[in-house]
Amino acid sequence: MAQYTLNINGKSYQADVDADTPLLWVLRDTLGLVGTKYGCGIAQCGACTVHLNGNAVRSCTLPVSAVRAGKVVTIEGLSEKGDHPVQAAWNEIDVAQCGYCQAGQIMSAAAFLSKNPKPTTEQIDTAMQGNICRCGTYHRIREAVTLAAAKLNP
Amino acid sequence: MSILPKTSRREFLKLATTAGGGLLLGFYWNDTAAGAAHVVSNVSLTPDDITFNSYLSIAPDGIVTILSPNPELGQNIKTSFPMIVAEELDADWSKVKVLQAALDTRKFERQVTGGSGAIPHSWERLRKAGASARQMLLEAAAKRWQVATDTLTTSQGVVTHAASKRNATYGELAAEAGKLSVPATVTLKDKKDFTLIGQAIRNVDNHEIVTGKPLYGLDFYREGMLFAVIQRPRAFGTKIKSVDAAAAKAMPGIVDVVTFRNNVAVVGKSTWLVNKARQVLKIEYEPDGARESTTDHDKFFKTLLDTSEATVRRKDGDVDAAFKQAATVITREYQCPFLPHAPLEPMNFFAHVREEGVELVGPTQTPEMARTETAKLLGIPAEKITLELTRLGGGFGRRLKADYVLEAAELSSIIKAPVKVVWMREDDMMGGSYRPAVRYRFSAALNDQGEMIGYKLRGVGINAGNCTREDNFPSGAVDNVLIDSVEHKSPITTGAWRAPITNFLAFAEQAFIDEVARAAKKDPVQFRLSLLDKAKRTPTGAVKYDVDRMKAVIQLAAEKSGWGRKPKISQGFSVYFSHRSYVAQVAEVSMKNGKPVLQKIHAAADCGIVVNLSGANQQVRGGIVDGLGHAFFGNLTFNGGAVEQKNFNTYKLIRMKDVPEIDVHFVNNGMDPTGLGEPALPPTGGAVANAFFAATGKRFYNQPFDKQQDAIPQANIDRM
Ligand code: FES
Ligand code: FES
Repeated sequence: MAQYTLNINGKSYQADVDADTPLLWVLRDTLGLVGTKYGCGIAQCGACTVHLNGNAVRSCTLPVSAVRAGKVVTIEGLSEKGDHPVQAAWNEIDVAQCGYCQAGQIMSAAAFLSKNPKPTTEQIDTAMQGNICRCGTYHRIREAVTLAAAKLNP
Repeated sequence: MSILPKTSRREFLKLATTAGGGLLLGFYWNDTAAGAAHVVSNVSLTPDDITFNSYLSIAPDGIVTILSPNPELGQNIKTSFPMIVAEELDADWSKVKVLQAALDTRKFERQVTGGSGAIPHSWERLRKAGASARQMLLEAAAKRWQVATDTLTTSQGVVTHAASKRNATYGELAAEAGKLSVPATVTLKDKKDFTLIGQAIRNVDNHEIVTGKPLYGLDFYREGMLFAVIQRPRAFGTKIKSVDAAAAKAMPGIVDVVTFRNNVAVVGKSTWLVNKARQVLKIEYEPDGARESTTDHDKFFKTLLDTSEATVRRKDGDVDAAFKQAATVITREYQCPFLPHAPLEPMNFFAHVREEGVELVGPTQTPEMARTETAKLLGIPAEKITLELTRLGGGFGRRLKADYVLEAAELSSIIKAPVKVVWMREDDMMGGSYRPAVRYRFSAALNDQGEMIGYKLRGVGINAGNCTREDNFPSGAVDNVLIDSVEHKSPITTGAWRAPITNFLAFAEQAFIDEVARAAKKDPVQFRLSLLDKAKRTPTGAVKYDVDRMKAVIQLAAEKSGWGRKPKISQGFSVYFSHRSYVAQVAEVSMKNGKPVLQKIHAAADCGIVVNLSGANQQVRGGIVDGLGHAFFGNLTFNGGAVEQKNFNTYKLIRMKDVPEIDVHFVNNGMDPTGLGEPALPPTGGAVANAFFAATGKRFYNQPFDKQQDAIPQANIDRM
């Protein structure tokens, strides 16, 4: 066990965990930030997506020791009021079925749009290919990313 | 900070009344001394609003709280149920709050999610709940203003007396109305006056979902709770011989390792720690039944398709005679593999077993059964058990079973501590209850006019029970029919998987009908329509589907897709009746660089009245995506009783780039609504396979399709 100081959603957190503990389980079990979901544990489904220094990463395979001073943003910290353009678009398009995958989808979409604010449909599909939605909300995810892009480029 | 669903904490506490003493699942965020935020439940509640019935209460400020009793797993029941209540109440939807009810058998019947049955079961009840509260509010206003109730109108949560220009909100009237007796009879709205039902209303949990609130079972946390993973046998047909847990027990954070039944549970302080310790368990297994492989199943299918010992499911006329007279006989076989449900949230449940009572919290499709079985297991009365429902991160039928609830309860009773049992993805994939593998053999006898005079179906399933649906179309439309089934009993456990049996049977039936139509040199749509005419004019045996409703969806799908009028596109048709709803689909394939590409699926659905257009639309699209993904990719195989695909790197689920455009149309015929959680899935495989045939001349007979793009037996019916 070792003590880690993590910068998450602009706040400083202490976690006393093993070095190999994936960030996902530190967030969920140690810090109680359960918005980041577990789906596969092997970087296949995207449910655990968070931002590390602005990049979308799979927190299930990211050891806490590798985070260091990196800035982590989780779904809880994407916006203060839940009104980030991607979150707003997700609500307007009424994307979620069970909703379990959606935090990861939103984090992937938000990181993608911050780098490519005017994507083509093709680019959206490629960006979102790593996130599984078992309920099959892919059409609405695509529509919501498109809408979010429009919101970001008024 | 409170994170209650769109309600303040104060509002939430009011809901005590509606729970009627039952427990509500309330989460609140609690910054503990350790800096960790935790989810807790069972906030103590103080009743202070007016309860009208099991479903609804109204607060003085006009907030209407509607309890949604059924488990929510993405079928959108938590939005559509309250819409029905609010419609008859004439509530202002912007003032409606929805809460998930805990299991309460005194207040609610059928708190189940399964069989697409919730809406048909509860439609009348929900309408009456809204209508009777509205009636009481009208009577309260009539009394207050000394006027006749029939001079009053309601709209958007307000009662109006037009003649005297007086208004009162529901909130203002609630206290008086609550004292009146519940009307014995109520008049329901004329369906044409619906203002909320039929609209596209957004999911009531959207805000919580997009902000990552702890809605799901896996998110549940209780101060002092332990975490556990369970090592179950790695192969079906084996049992524990010995366990050496010394190394696991010595790992950091491990509290205990407990063996019960065929389980070794590692209990400790976090998911990661218990799962790490599990890796060093030394467990020996010994045989306990057959350790079957997929290759064994293929052999069973071969022999059992020809056995003389099948259970006859339907017999009309004389099939032998019909096949003797036939001008053309077509026989085809279709096979599907086992499938895991793989909901994105793996199985999990929280249990706290104490002398004074048992607490269960988590995601289940059948809370009442889970409680009954837990009571039986622990030998205590069911009344001593409370069960709170979290949102379900998918179910697909897996959460109809209580195995994972019982495990948690049993473990808690052994370790005498609150514990959440978490299934890792590998546990979920290897844990059984699969969609059974099945093989079908269909035969059709055609006379020289190309009419189907005989129809035979033999189904062989592995732990599949009756793997036919003997009353399905074309039964009723053919004079001579024989449908039977054979079951092979296996240690591999199976269970209901979204649209049980029909999830594959529909593909086989609709692909076969397509071949038969082509052999008869008829248009596949016309062929189906003339069979339906026959079922109407001169039915054979019982006809369990509504011929007119089926024809209506066929015609709507044909019209919307421009069936037969798109020379550059290859179309495939299918239609299916399941779970009381009718869905027809047209798939469109075009060739790109010599390869067939699925471009689009048109769907026409008849589920009676569409309650929530947004939810319904997504149910159909989601069902089609699910049907498509599993038809193309889903494949769970076994070697020596062990599952070979243990996670999503080897078990392929459909992704963004695999989905074609999907157009959804509803018949919306004003009939009482029926379910939509399942009916859109079954027709998809058939429509797609038929379109691929139209494009390439090759047929898919086995699922998954992607395993046999090139190994397809040629079906050159035209040369028969
Ligand atoms: S849980 Fe990390 S990608 Fe699936
Ligand atoms: S909404 Fe259920 S997994 Fe995506």
